[in-house]
Amino acid sequence: MDFIHSIPWLILISSVAKTAFLIFGVVLPLVSYTVYAERRVSAFIQDRVGPNRTGFPLTLLGFKKDFSPILGGLGQPVADAVKFLLKEEFTPGHVNKFYFWLAPVMAMVPALATLAVVPFGDFLFGQKMVVADVNIGILYVFAISSIGVYGIVLAGWSSNSKYPFLGSIRSTSQMISYELSLGLSAVPLLMIFGNLNLSDQIMYQAQHGWLLVPFLSSGQFHDFHLTASQIVLWPCVFISFVVFTISMFAETNRMPFDLPESETELVAGYHTEYSAMKFALFFLGEYTAMIAGSSVIVVLFLGGWDLPFLPINTAESSMWHGLLGGSGIWFGLIHITVFFGKVAMLLIFFIWVRWTVPRFRFDQLMKLGWLYLFEIALANIVLAAAILAFLK
Amino acid sequence: MAYTVRRPKLTFAEKLYLPTIIGGLMITLKHFKNMILGRTKVVMQYPEEKWDSHMPEYYRGAPTLVKDDHGRERCVACQLCEFICPPRCIAIAPGEIPAKSKFAKVEKFPERFDIDTARCIFCGLCEEVCPEQAIFLRKDYAITGTSRAEMVHDKAKLYELGGVWTGLVHKWNPKK
Repeated sequence: MDFIHSIPWLILISSVAKTAFLIFGVVLPLVSYTVYAERRVSAFIQDRVGPNRTGFPLTLLGFKKDFSPILGGLGQPVADAVKFLLKEEFTPGHVNKFYFWLAPVMAMVPALATLAVVPFGDFLFGQKMVVADVNIGILYVFAISSIGVYGIVLAGWSSNSKYPFLGSIRSTSQMISYELSLGLSAVPLLMIFGNLNLSDQIMYQAQHGWLLVPFLSSGQFHDFHLTASQIVLWPCVFISFVVFTISMFAETNRMPFDLPESETELVAGYHTEYSAMKFALFFLGEYTAMIAGSSVIVVLFLGGWDLPFLPINTAESSMWHGLLGGSGIWFGLIHITVFFGKVAMLLIFFIWVRWTVPRFRFDQLMKLGWLYLFEIALANIVLAAAILAFLK
Repeated sequence: MAYTVRRPKLTFAEKLYLPTIIGGLMITLKHFKNMILGRTKVVMQYPEEKWDSHMPEYYRGAPTLVKDDHGRERCVACQLCEFICPPRCIAIAPGEIPAKSKFAKVEKFPERFDIDTARCIFCGLCEEVCPEQAIFLRKDYAITGTSRAEMVHDKAKLYELGGVWTGLVHKWNPKK
């Protein structure tokens, strides 16, 4: 019996609840609607219409009319998911079965695991809105998200076929070269925060202004003033932001750097041999990685869940008070909405860039990564360090 | 012969690459905005909007049989269309017009007239060969069915699609 009492039930249950809410309540719906947004936005950019027909087939459930709200086509993700589930799961005879089955999992799981440390809200019902509030936050993100490349490499290797193989080779070298500038561009921020914990980084930004937009934050409106250090450090933060975002595009295989996939040259790149749900897992993994990447950018540069004029909850103020709850619960919910709103805006930006910029040639990509971004990130660290040392 | 491709001279801003990307983003944003505001009109929403009004008079769609303004069926079951039809999609069973009919001298009429639209290639040879101006290719192009049998248009369906056609030559009318 002692064993049962020794288990911290509250933490266990709240962690499970938060994980379930984050994955099934937010991220997976967000992924499917990001796919929809991708199709719709790309259509608009190319003067087309995009999927605007599929509503929710309520007539199948005995209702009078199908439900097809404002934009139309909002049922498309559901239809796509059903299609992927019902398609034939075909495994070619010439593949290495074990790794062939492992690869889609390796593509999906790290992307989801990254989200564990991302604080998606402040407090709700006395609970901190982050699944794992660990002190190595950003390091964990870099470590886990770089595992995602194994999914692609294993897929290309186990497929035993030229095009996937070429895709995975490209992916390997691309990831290695961009991982470096991704990590280095975050170092100046860590020097400014003086902290690796993502929740504490957001709290810092709530008090001192969001890093990229230093005049915005909930703490600043009480006595508004831009400190000299914010103004001097802003160029460093901006350079970091640009390098970090570009590296994030490469990390998530998004358009200017989608060489592992490059449909026009490599059929479908690393997932050429995949079908049905295994292919869908790659697809979902790519978009989940996009969401994870956007979340990290939001946390590091755009103040996370922080919104000007909205008070930040403490553990006590967010407890359940009476029938409708206190205002703290509403603030908590708004903070969660704000966070995913910022993420959604970044996702739209990702999509926008994808349908604007043509793909890099492979040598251009390597040149950009090793000769420019890496050096810029390094110089930026030195610059930020010098400024911080001078300000101290 | 080998020759040197002349590379464009890039300005500093173009070499930096980011300003040109922002320029590109602005272009796509313009397209996006115009599409959202409904200023761009490129795509036609098919079942609701159709090309029908743009189609020329000579458009060759579904083959149909027509009746003339006297309500007489034009076809005399000469079977020329059946014989000329390249995919052999027309099947005619001639019948005899009863003697007491006003048009008894026409002698024959099609008892059955089937056109398999699943086989029809819309070449228009039946229309060209018809000596009676009885068969015409009309503007219907969306011919659908859930089975092969449903794609075979029988006489009733062909007349329903063809309707009445005025201004045709009336060579069988009784002389006054």
